[in-house]
Parts: sequence; C-alpha cells; structure tokens
Amino acid sequence: MRDTARPQWSAAMVGRIKPLLFVAGLLPFARWFWLGFNDALTANPIEFLTRSSGTWTLVCLLVTLSITPLRRLLGQPALVRLRRPCGLFAFFYGSLHFIAWVWWDRGLNVGAMLQDVWERPFITAGFAAFVCMTALALTSTQWAMRKMGRRWQALHRLVYLIGILAVVHLWWHKAGKNDFEQPVIYGAILVLLLGWRLAARLK
Amino acid sequence: MLIRKPNHEPLSSEITPEAVWRSRREWMARAAMVAAAAGLPSWASRRAFAQDGTPLPGKPNPAYSVMDKPTEWKDITSYNNYYEFGVNKDEPAEYAGKLQTRPWTVSVEGEVRRPQTFDIDALLKLAPLEDRIYRLRCVEGWSMVIPWVGYSLSNLLKQVEPTGNAKYVEFTTVEQRDNMPGLRYPVLDWPYVEALRLDEAMHPLAMLVFGLYGKVLPNQNGAPLRLAVPWKYGFKSAKSIVRIRLLERQPTSSWMQAASNEYGFYANVNPDVPHPRWSQATERRIGEGGFFTPKRKTLIFNGYADQVAALYQGMDLTANY
Repeated sequence: MRDTARPQWSAAMVGRIKPLLFVAGLLPFARWFWLGFNDALTANPIEFLTRSSGTWTLVCLLVTLSITPLRRLLGQPALVRLRRPCGLFAFFYGSLHFIAWVWWDRGLNVGAMLQDVWERPFITAGFAAFVCMTALALTSTQWAMRKMGRRWQALHRLVYLIGILAVVHLWWHKAGKNDFEQPVIYGAILVLLLGWRLAARLK
Repeated sequence: MLIRKPNHEPLSSEITPEAVWRSRREWMARAAMVAAAAGLPSWASRRAFAQDGTPLPGKPNPAYSVMDKPTEWKDITSYNNYYEFGVNKDEPAEYAGKLQTRPWTVSVEGEVRRPQTFDIDALLKLAPLEDRIYRLRCVEGWSMVIPWVGYSLSNLLKQVEPTGNAKYVEFTTVEQRDNMPGLRYPVLDWPYVEALRLDEAMHPLAMLVFGLYGKVLPNQNGAPLRLAVPWKYGFKSAKSIVRIRLLERQPTSSWMQAASNEYGFYANVNPDVPHPRWSQATERRIGEGGFFTPKRKTLIFNGYADQVAALYQGMDLTANY
C-alpha cells in the first residue's frame, strides 16, 4: 500500500540526479587510473583490473536490481528513470571485464576463448551472463521498447538470470580457494532483491 | 663596465648554514623525482632498490641459475600465496610480520639412521650458501624469476642417512595459531603438508632456501627456511618448514587431500596437462612488459627438462599429474 499523501517526485526531478549518477558510475573507472599512476595496481595489474571490473559489474547489476524495490518502498515510481543508466553501467563494466578476459587472458584467440567457455564452468556462466547483458543493452533504447512492446519486458526479465549467473560465476571462481566470503555477501543481496519480488508477486 | 665590489662581507648570520642548504637541495631533488614519477605509469619504471632486511650473502652458482631477468623484490614480497596468513595475495605481506622465526628448529625423522633436530643457525652453516636464480611457476598461471639464497636439500638429507626403506620425503609447515590469521579458516587441513619422491628431493636443483636477493628470507616468502623445487608448481615448495619425515609410502599432501582430482602428487609444470578448471599452456610473467605483452608459453618441467626429465622416464605424466 502506497501512502498517497506523500509528495511524488516528478520525472524531471529524478532526471536531475542523472549527472550525479553518471559521475558516481565513472568513479571506479577513474580509480583504476589513479591507482595506475600511483603504482598501486599490485604486482599483477592485469589480474587486479580483470577482477576489479568483474566486481563493479556485479555491484552495478545489484544496484540496477534494487531500483524497482526502492520505487515501491519509497512510493516514488519516477525512480525508474535511473534504472537504465544503472543497467548500462553494469554493461560498461561487464564489457571491460569481458575484454580483459578476451585480450589479456585469451590473447585475442577465438579458439582459446571457445575452449575456455567449453572447459571451465565458471567461464561458461560468466560468458552466458555477458551474452544476455549484451542483448539487454542493445534493446535498451526507447525505440526498441516501442518496437518490441510486450516482448520487451519479457526479454528484460533476463536480468534476473544475469544476476544469478554473475553470482554463480564469482562463486565457482572463488571455490578453488574455498574462499566464499565475497560470493556469500553478493549472493545474499541478490537473494534479498529477487526474494522481495517473489514475495510481492505472491501477495 | 664598472664592477662594484661589495663594501662589506656578508654577516655571518646571513650565511645559510651548510646543513640547511644541503637539505634544501635534497628536498628539491626529491620533489623533482616525485614529479617525474607522477608523470609515468610507474608500474613500468619500478625498480628493485626498495629492499630491506638483513644481508645473507651467498656465492653465485651460475650452473643452477637461469638467464631470465629476475622479478623485482617488491613484487616477489608483495604477491604471495601463503594461506596461513589469508587467501588473498596481499595478506601474507600484511600479516606475516607476527610470525616468530626464532627460536626455530627442524626435526628430521622417519626412515633415517640418524634422526636429528636441527637449529636454524646450524642449518645456515650446514653447507655453503649459494645464490641461484630459479623460475617459479604458480599453478594459477603466473610466474616469477627469483634469486634465492640456500643450498641443495640433499646436503641436509645426507646428514640423517636415509634407510633403504625411505622412498618419500614429507615437509610440514609451522602452525602458529596466534600469529597466522588464516589458520582460523578451514581452507586446507592444517598444518600444510607437501612431499617429494626421495630421488626428486635428492636432485641438486631441489633447494633449501634461507634468503632472497642476498637478504634473509622475508616472512611472507616462507621464513626462516623453505623449499624451492623449480620444475614443479609453486605449491610443492613448502614454506616455514618445521618437520621433515622420510617415509616408505607416498604421503597425502594438503592439496591432494583438498582436491585430489585437481592436484596430484607430482605437480610437475606441464603445458600439455591442463588443470581441470583451466589450461596450463601459458603463463603471465609478473612485472614483464605492460598491458600489451602477451602471456608466455609455459615450458615442460618449467624449462628444466634437461636436468629433471630423466626422473620421470617411462611415466605417464598425464596420469601422474
């Protein structure tokens, strides 16, 4: 139940937050340069950047998934205007993460990429998530929304699957060292965000 | 043109004392260095001069040294796998300071005629210390080139006179509950145990290490003594050893216990035998080149095939991974 007396934020008001969101979204990217110039990318900068881009993809993804619950809880439907930029930032960091793997790990070798996707389950999960994210990024325009109509929402429900695949990707990656601290934290947030939706639907 | 001479000498109070002007010059030089460093991707220009620690010189042994450019001190000592201090690579450097490396003894026991407990200071004098530059290839897919200080492990094993039954050598890492935060997590079945076949352990390349870059081994690298077995993946080279046992039967190492389908007893570096979860064909050499440098091709036995391949003649290296 929404409190109807609460003042509603207009779409224009929420739109004014966008420049701030844009700056915040670029902070992790700027941080890499700052660390690079300060000799702080660790002894293995390639590994650091690969992992860091993956972490920020997951963070942006979870922020994107929290917009809808936030809209309902605050009773501010106009917040939906922030959902697309958050999703696109997830795609931005996801693309850098993907490029890091293709370029640094696989040496731009398509055969080596396919072999990796086939042989390493955690890569399979990450790759599948990226393919789905690409589909959502390509259909994120107003034009695509109008053109696709009801199928647009059906397609964009893939974001739930992407969230699950991303956490599984991290989980399987960390499993090699029995180090589940990070996957458990991100997994718990994802369960909370998806669980809230399920509960809302069942009500 | 008229040059006027000053009609008085400067007052002594106007003369800048030498210590002051010298320190000013030093400051200016330093400021210039900082400015220059800030303008560079200094990762590429890092140097190995930031070494500290007590000197532990050895005599260079070129016969057992590779010609590759050694990895920088900073990288060797800040990027470590030593799970007793945490599973992240920066944690050993952060937490290993508390490790107590004195007093330290190593008991050598099992299938030997003369079981003994050696003090670390006795071990340092057991054989002449040598500088050897070895490759190190981690099972995770990265590598370094490390100037170790130490001597062949065989020097120690000969002292205890292995019996005819001795076929394997097992190494146990120290377990200091209060000083090793990683021991709180059941990542592995502590203490860490590794092992070699006796003929592998007696090979002159199998090295007992006490130092790095001519200095006493930093704690995060396995002080006060560790193994370096350069033709095997890094995890075979046990750190901070407190016990060596000679055995008739093949022991189970910590990694075999944790995941026997992923980590075998031999763990020889082999580009043709992939880890079940990743390829071992290539490696990233730490500190080499920049972001555009491709990975290196991994060499069979980490490039030590001429010296060690004979140990495995007739063996199926895929089955005995």
